[in-house]
Amino acid sequence: MLQGWVIASVSFTYLGVLFAIAYFGDKRSDAGRSIIANPTIFALSLAVYCTTWTFYGSVGRAASTGIGFLPIYLGPTLMAGLWWFVMLKIIRISKANRITSIADFISSRYGKSQLLGGLVTVIAVIGIIPYISLQLKAVSNSFTILLHYPEIVMPAKAGAVPLLHDSALYIAMILAAFTILFGTRHLDATERHEGMVAAIAFESVVKLLAFLAVGIYVTFGIYNGFGDIFGRAELVPKLKALMTMTDSGASYGSWWSLTFLSMLSIMFLPRQFQITVVENVNERHLARAIWLFPLYLILINIFVLPITVGGLMHFPDGSVDADTFVLTLPMAERQEVLTLFVFIGGLSAATGMVIVETIALSTMVCNDLVMPVLLRWKRLHLQEEQDLSGLLLTIRRLAIAAILLLGYIYFRAAGEAYALVGIGLISFAAVAQFAPAIFGGIYWKEGTRAGAIAGLTAGFLVWIYTLLLPSFAKSGWLSLDFISEGLFGVALLKPQQLFGLTGLDEITHSLFWSMLANIGCYVTVSLRKRPDLVEASQATLFVDVFRHTEGSARSRFWRGSAKVQDLLPLIGRFLGPDRARGAFLAYARQRGVDSAEQLEADADLVHYAETLLAGAIGGASARVMVASVVKEEPPGIDEVMNILDEASQVRAYSRQLEQKSRELEAATAELRAANAQLKELDRMKDDFMSTVTHELRTPLTSIRSFSEILLEDPKINLADRKKFLAIIVKETERLTRLINQVLDMAKIESGNAEWHTADIDLHEIIEESLAATSTLFADKRIQLVREFAENVPMVKADHDRLIQVMLNLLSNAVKFCEADRGRVIVRLSVEGSHAVRVDVEDNGAGIAEEDQHTIFEKFRQVGDTLTAKPQGTGLGLPISRRIVEHFGGRLWVTSSLGKGATFSFTLPMNMGGGKRQEERREI
Amino acid sequence: MNKRILIVDDEPNIVVSLEFLMKREGFEVAVATDGEAALKSVEEKQPDLVLLDIMLPKKNGFEVCQTIRANPDWQGVKIVMLTAKGRDTEVAKGTALGADAYMTKPFSTKDLIAQVRQILGIT
Repeated sequence: MLQGWVIASVSFTYLGVLFAIAYFGDKRSDAGRSIIANPTIFALSLAVYCTTWTFYGSVGRAASTGIGFLPIYLGPTLMAGLWWFVMLKIIRISKANRITSIADFISSRYGKSQLLGGLVTVIAVIGIIPYISLQLKAVSNSFTILLHYPEIVMPAKAGAVPLLHDSALYIAMILAAFTILFGTRHLDATERHEGMVAAIAFESVVKLLAFLAVGIYVTFGIYNGFGDIFGRAELVPKLKALMTMTDSGASYGSWWSLTFLSMLSIMFLPRQFQITVVENVNERHLARAIWLFPLYLILINIFVLPITVGGLMHFPDGSVDADTFVLTLPMAERQEVLTLFVFIGGLSAATGMVIVETIALSTMVCNDLVMPVLLRWKRLHLQEEQDLSGLLLTIRRLAIAAILLLGYIYFRAAGEAYALVGIGLISFAAVAQFAPAIFGGIYWKEGTRAGAIAGLTAGFLVWIYTLLLPSFAKSGWLSLDFISEGLFGVALLKPQQLFGLTGLDEITHSLFWSMLANIGCYVTVSLRKRPDLVEASQATLFVDVFRHTEGSARSRFWRGSAKVQDLLPLIGRFLGPDRARGAFLAYARQRGVDSAEQLEADADLVHYAETLLAGAIGGASARVMVASVVKEEPPGIDEVMNILDEASQVRAYSRQLEQKSRELEAATAELRAANAQLKELDRMKDDFMSTVTHELRTPLTSIRSFSEILLEDPKINLADRKKFLAIIVKETERLTRLINQVLDMAKIESGNAEWHTADIDLHEIIEESLAATSTLFADKRIQLVREFAENVPMVKADHDRLIQVMLNLLSNAVKFCEADRGRVIVRLSVEGSHAVRVDVEDNGAGIAEEDQHTIFEKFRQVGDTLTAKPQGTGLGLPISRRIVEHFGGRLWVTSSLGKGATFSFTLPMNMGGGKRQEERREI
Repeated sequence: MNKRILIVDDEPNIVVSLEFLMKREGFEVAVATDGEAALKSVEEKQPDLVLLDIMLPKKNGFEVCQTIRANPDWQGVKIVMLTAKGRDTEVAKGTALGADAYMTKPFSTKDLIAQVRQILGIT
């Protein structure tokens, strides 16, 4: 016999254990050793999704629709697969902005709109009330049934029991008290309720074990396993139908819509948002939840069909409500302990849901509904209050009580019209209205506040009209006429066949129209106007959260002035003076300042204060409060221009960077080229040294040989002696000449040569040179022809150097001419308008095209490979060319093999002695 | 029978000195002033030893040396390279191509004669 006091004391003991866990969790959290910093605990706490609706209702729904209970769990399983993209982003955004609830999330996204926050709160409260009443109903029913143990008596209609005898009322009161104890011990809602999360995870284990216990007992205790239970059911036609999918279009339609609904619910139910986002300790915990949570859902659903079938076979007359099979089956078998365990399982499912849901809702009601109104209404009065944290707590506690009271009222009024699952789905459909604003908010920057308000309002109104009002009507609050006849008798306005849409169940129907209205309004209204500055900045923070999780970008959009003396008391009023001072001090230390008073009240500090306050009273209210002490200058045209200016500066800067990097590349290329040139020069120098050495060794060889010969053999005949000595002298002269020219060349190349620049008449230079070489011409009997133009201008050059050039050219000409038949023409003329030109033409062997370049290189005498080696050092032409180029002229040769050669040079007329760099390319 | 020496150099004065030295030692002397003439002379005169300069017109000393060594009929021909290029790489190259000795200009006349006699096996 289960006495009332036994049930009550077991229940309170259970609640006591819960509280102990929560207390322990909070203590550990305060000590910095969190027990919920564990992905498994996180995943288990997510199972707050499974309420009494799951615990009792799945069997009820399975009894009427067979496997139709599954979409509610299929949706979350599918959604969990997307969490890593969607949920991670929401969590990241919420942490960066200290989001306290789903209302805060939406209002923050759309420019911290208080109106939007309030709207979301209203929708959430109205939408969730039926869901809470569902929990009350389930606990109350199970309690009543248990009271009659071992008799199985279905509880009376909710309204039929006198108020003071209604166990649901007391359950609501106890839950309210319990929730207040649990959830409002701390103020700061973003300071997570670690103890609560631990307790919720524990509850998830309890309800799972309880359900598995019943399942195993029914399957293997009452029957002989799955095979037996389904084998027997096969024989009953009604049961057989349950286990197959009905193939009507509507049934597929409702599968889709239920799956879709539950996908959204797992994200946006206030309690799911609370647990998944607000209470999340570490976003990486999500990784385990992605598979562990679906696994939990599978486990808790395994025995739904066996229990359903078992129950239907056990109570074939339909006298027992299928929603109670989980409890009544063990009762019928007189399993006292199991029955009590099941009751505790149901209780845990209910308390878990109610605690988290009401905490989430009360935070929203306080931050987004009551505080904004109070702050606006009696602003002056509140400003005088020194410490508002007490007021905040009171508001939240009242909100918790009020929400449970509303839940109870709904239970008394409407609860009987629907089975458990039916009530839950109404809530799901309400919560689904948040989806467009949130998904749009985190992926679409164009979404605006006006769009979100329009979409939410439209969707919510459609939801009320097509789902909530009919549920009232079915409960007898309203005339059923408007369901059957349509509003004002207009058939098109039938709430469950809107605009003639038939063939859908009520949930699918409502979901279709509400989503159509919601998304349609959200998108069209958003597109009609560009987001303003605050909306755009928030949109960027949300949509691009992975790009800048640091909130610093926001402060750029804020300009104003504030004083620490104003900010600190303000925060103190909401958080308590000590905590506020502590937080400011921490911020000051972070900035390298010793005390809060020394802080510079810049945009970052104001932002910090606002975020701090947002944790307590929500983003929208925090903004209003901070704005009250901060002289905020709304971003006017100047501000916008500034921002644009900054942007253009950034662009200009990046252009400069590009320019610099291009220059750097060019410089690198130049360096590389210079390096290659150096290497080439080095190689050339090496070659030069090697060549010079060779040229020096050759005359030395002769000199040494003959010297040794003469030294060794004093009796050598006179003719040989004279011949050898002549060779020695000649080779010595050659050696001297070579050394002189090498030094000359080195001087010119290093820039150390002395130049005596003067006005020079080339005519004179040529004549002087011809006089010096006249013996050469005479020796080989070579004909000389002069072709001098009249009035050739003077040039600026070094007299001796020009003589050197002319001597070189003339002696070369003579050298390559054949004796007797040779002819050399010397020309002097004016070239163009700026230069004087000298040509020395011979009729010698000529120079092959491919050699015409090399003759100007050092020690490259052409003729080596043709005939006997010509006399000369191989430095004459290179030196001549450098001399001419030094005075800004050019020296070149035109020739072809066998037809003589013409060496020509030009010098600029009347120009200074400075060398012209561009003329010196060929070195 | 007198040993035959072929002198290959394009510097007339050097040729004069070498010719004088070799004749004084009692060798038969032939002269070539470029690479091609040198090879022709080797074929005609079958010298016992070639004094070979490297910087030669038409065909340089290395090529001449290589050609001589490639011809089986001329395996008995000794080669002494004489060059103003004193770098180690040149010396190594000459030896690798089959020269019997390598002398750097300006050389000591005594050393040259000693070297030539040694190679020819005259004591």
